[in-house]
Amino acid sequence: MVKKVLMQTYLWVLLLLLYAPILIIVIYSFTDAKVLGNWTGFSLKLYRSLCNTGAHHSLMNALINTIAIAFIAATVSTLLGSVAAIGIYNLRARSRKAMGFINTIPILNGDIITGISLFLLFVSLGITQGFTTVVLAHITFCTPYVVLSVLPRLKQMNPNLYEAALDLGATPMQALWKVIIPEIRPGMVSGFLLALTISIDDFAVTVFTIGNQGLETLSTYIYADARKGGLTPELRPLSAVIFVVILVLLIIINRRADKAKNK
Amino acid sequence: MNKLRLFFLSRRSWTLPYLIFSIIFVIVPLLLIVVYAFTDDAGRMTLENFRKFLAHPEAVNTFIYSIGIAILTTIGCIVLGYPAAWILSRSNSSYSRTLILLFILPMWVNILIRTLATVALFDFASLPLGEGALIFGMIYNFIPFMIYPIYNTLQKMDPSYVEAAQDLGANSFQVFWKVVFPLSMPGVVSGIMMVFMPTISTFAIAELLTMNNIKLFGTTIQENINNSMWNYGAALSLIMLFLIAATSLFSSDEKSDSEKGGQVW
Repeated sequence: MVKKVLMQTYLWVLLLLLYAPILIIVIYSFTDAKVLGNWTGFSLKLYRSLCNTGAHHSLMNALINTIAIAFIAATVSTLLGSVAAIGIYNLRARSRKAMGFINTIPILNGDIITGISLFLLFVSLGITQGFTTVVLAHITFCTPYVVLSVLPRLKQMNPNLYEAALDLGATPMQALWKVIIPEIRPGMVSGFLLALTISIDDFAVTVFTIGNQGLETLSTYIYADARKGGLTPELRPLSAVIFVVILVLLIIINRRADKAKNK
Repeated sequence: MNKLRLFFLSRRSWTLPYLIFSIIFVIVPLLLIVVYAFTDDAGRMTLENFRKFLAHPEAVNTFIYSIGIAILTTIGCIVLGYPAAWILSRSNSSYSRTLILLFILPMWVNILIRTLATVALFDFASLPLGEGALIFGMIYNFIPFMIYPIYNTLQKMDPSYVEAAQDLGANSFQVFWKVVFPLSMPGVVSGIMMVFMPTISTFAIAELLTMNNIKLFGTTIQENINNSMWNYGAALSLIMLFLIAATSLFSSDEKSDSEKGGQVW
């Protein structure tokens, strides 16, 4: 019993530490000080000026770009990665090792090398960099994470299940949909979520592939801001709002999943 | 057995789209780095870029320092993340699902904003910015990537292995060290790969968390590319790639060992 309490305490302390910086952002979004960390009394001024999109049109544009890029990249990566994972799982040992290695390259490379190498590719091919190149770049570094999320599920799956389905008269396609996909779905979902978060978070690859046509994502906007010396104060309420919206969304998704399970 | 073979034959080709994609967007770009690294502005073959690196002790020191920081971050993530993944995998499923969501939720706040907030947190607790803040910030940013794959493998693990070990008289430490940990190695190796390399190449985080006092290798590379020194930047990238090759050889060895180990029972 004591052990159980200790274990849960550990989890919650870790979570508290992870959330401390976010709490600070949320708290300081309710004051209108220019610098994060200065408290100049309670105020909703930042929220009001955030709603006043005219003043921060470029910030809103950056937000929309970030979300669009993340959803396109995560969706394509999940499809490409899941199909690839099923393929890789069925390869012979040697080619599986080779594909596994190719798959880990973008992860091992690190953002900067992926960014620089794609920058050199687009420059060499004479492709104008912009929205499309950023999406392609994001698919490049998101897909390996999907494959890595799906593969362990396939490896741990009981291979007899698939055979049993075939013996009971399922076609290979039916067996795929009824046996393999349900087994790997948690991996696909976690892969999609990972892809989404990495894409939204990405800064290094985006910076090298975004070109100079004036396209901005949240990351490049903030970086340009931090370079100029200060962080646009409106980013605080924006981060707080994004955070709360996602929190609510995830709770809803989770409760629906629970309900579906209980039925 | 025949049916299984047929299945293998048909599914194998599913690798193809991803293979083609990888060749265009991963392999060719990497070859371009090699080409740029060994040429000068005019496109002539040269080793000048590497000579320049070795002639600058500052760049070499930054390189070694970055490796140290990345190792510390990875160890920190395993030490803090493994117990969390293990506890999560033993909790009931809807509770652990909620918690795992809570663990990835902070990643939805932009990495640069989170980093600036970490700076504010250190100010708030009047802790000095520097090495400590850098490692805290790195672990904070990358620990979800460690917890996630470990949790995934632990959750799928057959509990009867643990029960069997207990029945055969293993104490809880032995059960963990001889059964649970080896079986979770694929997850740990994935976690290491997901943490170590991103850590080594980050630059914005290091700038912010140390008030520009500590420079990581990533910063050096980015500065050169930004200043249009593509060839020197490519050479530095190539040096990093050598390090990556060494690390991935190590981790693929570990992986095949653990796969073998996982089948002995």
